[in-house]
Order: sequence, then C-alpha cells, then structure tokens
Amino acid sequence: MPPRAKPKLAVWKFASCDGCQLSLLNCEAELLRLAGAVDIAYFPEASRAMAKGPYDVSLVEGSITTPHDAERIHQVRRASKLLITIGACATAGGIQALRNFKDVKDFIRAVYASPQYIDTLGKSTAIADHVRVDFELRGCPINKDQLLEVVTALLQGRKPATPPDSVCMECKRHGLVCVLVAHGTPCLGPVTHAGCGALCPVYHRGCYGCFGPKETPNTASLSRAWLGLGATEDDVVRAFRSFNAYAEPFRRESEAHERVQITE
Amino acid sequence: MREGSTMNVLERDALDLLFTSLKERGFTLVGPTVRERAIVYDEMFSAADLPWGWTDRQEAGTYRLERRADDAAFGFTVGPHAWKRFLFPPVQSLFRAERSGSKMALRPAGPFAARYALIGVRACELAAIDRQDKVFLGGTYVDPVYRQRREGAFVVAVQCGQAGGTCFCASMGTGPRAGSGFDLALTEVLEDGRHWFLVEEGSERGTEVVATLPVRAATEEEIAAAGRAVERAEAEMGRTLDTEGLRELFLRNYENRHWDRVAERCLGCGNCTMVCPTCFCATVDDVTDLAGQAAERVRRWDSCFTIDFSYLHGGSVRSSIAARYRQWITHKLATWTDQFGAPGCVGCGRCITWCPVGIDLTEETRALRALDHGAPAAPQGGAS
Repeated sequence: MPPRAKPKLAVWKFASCDGCQLSLLNCEAELLRLAGAVDIAYFPEASRAMAKGPYDVSLVEGSITTPHDAERIHQVRRASKLLITIGACATAGGIQALRNFKDVKDFIRAVYASPQYIDTLGKSTAIADHVRVDFELRGCPINKDQLLEVVTALLQGRKPATPPDSVCMECKRHGLVCVLVAHGTPCLGPVTHAGCGALCPVYHRGCYGCFGPKETPNTASLSRAWLGLGATEDDVVRAFRSFNAYAEPFRRESEAHERVQITE
Repeated sequence: MREGSTMNVLERDALDLLFTSLKERGFTLVGPTVRERAIVYDEMFSAADLPWGWTDRQEAGTYRLERRADDAAFGFTVGPHAWKRFLFPPVQSLFRAERSGSKMALRPAGPFAARYALIGVRACELAAIDRQDKVFLGGTYVDPVYRQRREGAFVVAVQCGQAGGTCFCASMGTGPRAGSGFDLALTEVLEDGRHWFLVEEGSERGTEVVATLPVRAATEEEIAAAGRAVERAEAEMGRTLDTEGLRELFLRNYENRHWDRVAERCLGCGNCTMVCPTCFCATVDDVTDLAGQAAERVRRWDSCFTIDFSYLHGGSVRSSIAARYRQWITHKLATWTDQFGAPGCVGCGRCITWCPVGIDLTEETRALRALDHGAPAAPQGGAS
C-alpha cells in the first residue's frame, strides 16, 4: 500500500468520570500499536501536546450537563469526520442523569454553599441529543477490547463487531450457569446490551445493566420475573435507574414502577 | 435393550476404572459435575468428580440443586449445558489471513480434532446429537469442526433412572431408554443396599473398553432391576406434548393472535436457543488487526432471537419478538422435519427450565391448539 498520512484521533471529555478514557490508556501493549496506526492528535488526559483539528476520528466521553458544553459539542462535531461516543454518559446521560427525575435546583441548594455560582442544565443528556453521532459504544465503563475493535474497524472501513443482543448470549457462550434461573438472583442480563463478557455473572452476581438496553428489550416481562423472585417495586426502580437511567426503555420501566409505588 | 447385546455388572467402587481406561486410550473426559450450584458438563479427572448424591429440581424458569437421600452418581436429569458445547464450540476461529507485501496468505484454523469421552449422555441427548449430525454432516456441506470432534468422540450413555419436571422425551419418542448411538450405556441401580451399574456395549470400541474392567455377566434379575429403573423415569415425566398433526398446526397458524401473547412475556434474550441441544445457528465476525496486516474469521453461536440474525440490507426481517418466537418454535416443531426428517425438539425440557420467565414450549403449543380453527375446509365441488 502507498504510504498515507495516519488518521488523526481526538479524545474529548464532557460530564463524566474519565473511566472510559482510562480504558483507552489501559490498552497497554495495544496502545503502542494504536499509536502506530493513528496520530493521537488531541488527548489531554494522556498528553499536553494538542494538535489542532480537523480530526478523522473523535472519541467523545461524557454527557451534556452545562450550557457551555451544549455549545462545545457542536465545535467538536464540526472538527470531526467521525464522531464516536464512548460509554454510558455519552450514549445515555450516565449516572448523572438521575437528576433528570428530580429538580436539579434542589440538589444545588442542598450541596453547594453558594449555589449562585453553579450554572447547570436541568437534565443530563446524551451526545446524540445534540449532534449527529456516527457510532455509539456502550458500557460503564466501555470494554477496551470493544474500543479497539471499533477504532480498528473504522480504520479498515468495516462495521465494528459489537453485537446489540443480550448479555445472556455471552453468558451462555461462556458456559456459565444462569444466576436468575439456578440461584434466584435478580439479573438484568436478559434486557442488557452485550459487550462486557458477562462480567458479573462470572462472579455469580446478577447483571447491573452497565451496557444499557439491548435491542428490543422486554423490560416489563423481566420486571415481573424480578417481582416473582421477591424483589420490591423499589428494587426494580433502582435497578433500571443506574448508569443508563435515561436510556429510553430503562427510563420508561423505572417510571412505570415508580408510579406503582406512589399509588400503593 | 438391544437384542443379543452383552450385559455386564460393574460395581460402584469400580466405576473409576472405566474413567481410567478411557483416559489411557487418550480421551479427555467430559461429563456431569457440580459447579455454580448446578450440574454442568465439564472436564473430569476421575469418577470422584461425578455429582454423587446430588439431584436437580426443575420447573419452568427455575432450577435448584438439591441433596439426594442416596449417593447416586447420575440421579439427576439434564442441566444447563448440552454436549454441543464440545462438538460445536461456542466460539471458533475458522481461518486467518495475513498480508505480506502485496501478497495475502490464507491460514486455515485447525486441526479441530479433540478426543472427548462424553460421560453420561442421556437418550434425549443422543437424539439431539443425531439431529446435529444431520445438520453438520449430512448433505453437500460438511462442517469440518463438528466432523473432526464428532468422529473422535467416545459416547458413554446413561439410562435415565428418573425424569425431570420439564422433561417430555416420551412424547417426542426419543427416550427415556437409549437404544443405540453409544459406545457404552450405563444403568445405575440402587436396590437392596447394593449400588452397581449395568453396562451395555454398543460398539466394538465399547466392548474393548469393557474387556479392561472387572465386570461379570448380569443375571436375569439384574437386567430386570435395571429395566425397572428406566420404567420409573418414564412414569415420572413432568411434561407431555401432543405431536399429532404438529407440523400442520404450526404451518396453518403463522397468523395467530397467540404470538403476540407470547411476545408479552418473551424476553428475546436467546437463552432457549443457547441451551437447546439441537439449535445450531452461528454467525461469523471478520476481525482485523490495527495495522490492517491480519484478518481472522471467527464463528460464534447466534440465535434466531437476536435482531441481527435476520438482518438483510435495509433492516431485520423479524423485527418483533412475536415473529422471532414464532420462527423458533415453528422451525423446532414443524419445518425442521421438512429439512432434516425429524423434529428439532427432543423433549429435554432445557428451553422450559432455562427461560428466565419460564415460557413453556409444551404449554404454548397447547394454547395454540386451543386457538386453532383447524385445517381449512377442502374446496367444495368443481367448476360451476
């Protein structure tokens, strides 16, 4: 192949814990290969050297929670050929989207001594609510192998292999015993997007839904199963209301059970 | 039991010698063992790894490991694993391609051969292996991974001494007695303070192994005692399925409101297909390295319950859960017969037990029958 300029990669942070960016640094040996394949042009968490755009690929971590960030994401979009969101914050609003179910002003008054200095939005929202997103990578945090797969696939011009089916599919391929059926442990696996490698069931724990909803999830049916196992309505609300609380199917399910609680 | 086959008695304490003999012949032993509070199929090193004194209690959507009153080794039914895990691995590299300069070299994966001794294969599971043989070994395209592993396998069947809560092999005509398809078949008998195994030979290889064991010829009474154990299993079967006109029932009910009712419960998670011993669907991923110098094709178990399974250009053919459940059960109980000459269901009950919401294929079939308006009336008369 004729030599060509290496694609320029940028990594951006919005409202987030940095865990997904750290997954990139955690790539260790593969990170060197990645640095050989792409020009890491902008990655403040890793280097002070910051090259100007435009960028071929932008990885965006975090959700939009401030008026300033709501502006900034448009600049990132304009500077990027491909924009990939990484993690639950960027794809669903993250754990900080718990504010969306309450009045954020109450939190500000409760937490800050001088609330007048805080300029924040009423809701934490996904990047796709603001700009066009080319690919969403799920997880809280993302899986580093999946991140490498996405970057590799896009560099080669092919579709990334990140199947949107259930965690159960991974669990069964691993040969694990179903914690829900055999132990009676409430598990979100049947409605959760694969990608983690069934990390919690490996340790005999139920799935926490870190990767958000799978394709066509039947959350109502799984909730009925949870209640049958002895979970309370409150347990169901809390299960669906975590890292992916504002992903549409999980939001609707938690709100349905919150209504039950209120009427009880 | 087969006419004229040799029946021998192996005492409980000598069972490990069977394991030793198989290991000496170069087999990797896989069979039932307790792990993660269930009886799974995994690598075994001696007869001590068997689930002595354990059993399972199964109902739709639940499985519980429990202690038995006795110390039977095979006193359970079937667990979360099927033998397909060993013959048709869940994830399998098929080939690699490497670039050097302007050339591309293809490197086939393999050899795929493995020499497994499958210990404790039930009658329904022998039927399931037979179904998969037709899929992978029949016709023009033979699967090399399955073929090499299947040819290498030594099968030790176990006659069921009890049935599970979700079993219905008697309805499907696949059990509980295993008649053929094994190298050896064991019947475990605990009676009158004795604990022993009736050993039946099903192949020359099986006979050679028996020749290494301290067995003696079974008496008439011992053969009868083993027969009684299997009769008990048949009487205990937890589920039934009326197979009369099954194929036609499904083929004339593509449009039925029942499918929407199932879809209210079905999670579309794919568990039923993953645990099914006959389900054989897989997909392939082509993955590349960062530098674009190497590529690999990897096969992994897939399921007709995933949206990507029916993805064609423009979208998925079966976007609703109702369409996916209908596809699965119709294939299993009706169109499989058109393809492979027998239903894809062997009555093991795994899909019922391991469905997180306990959807029961026998119940769904009954419910569909209740809503069925019967065969359309034959056209009346000729041209007017």
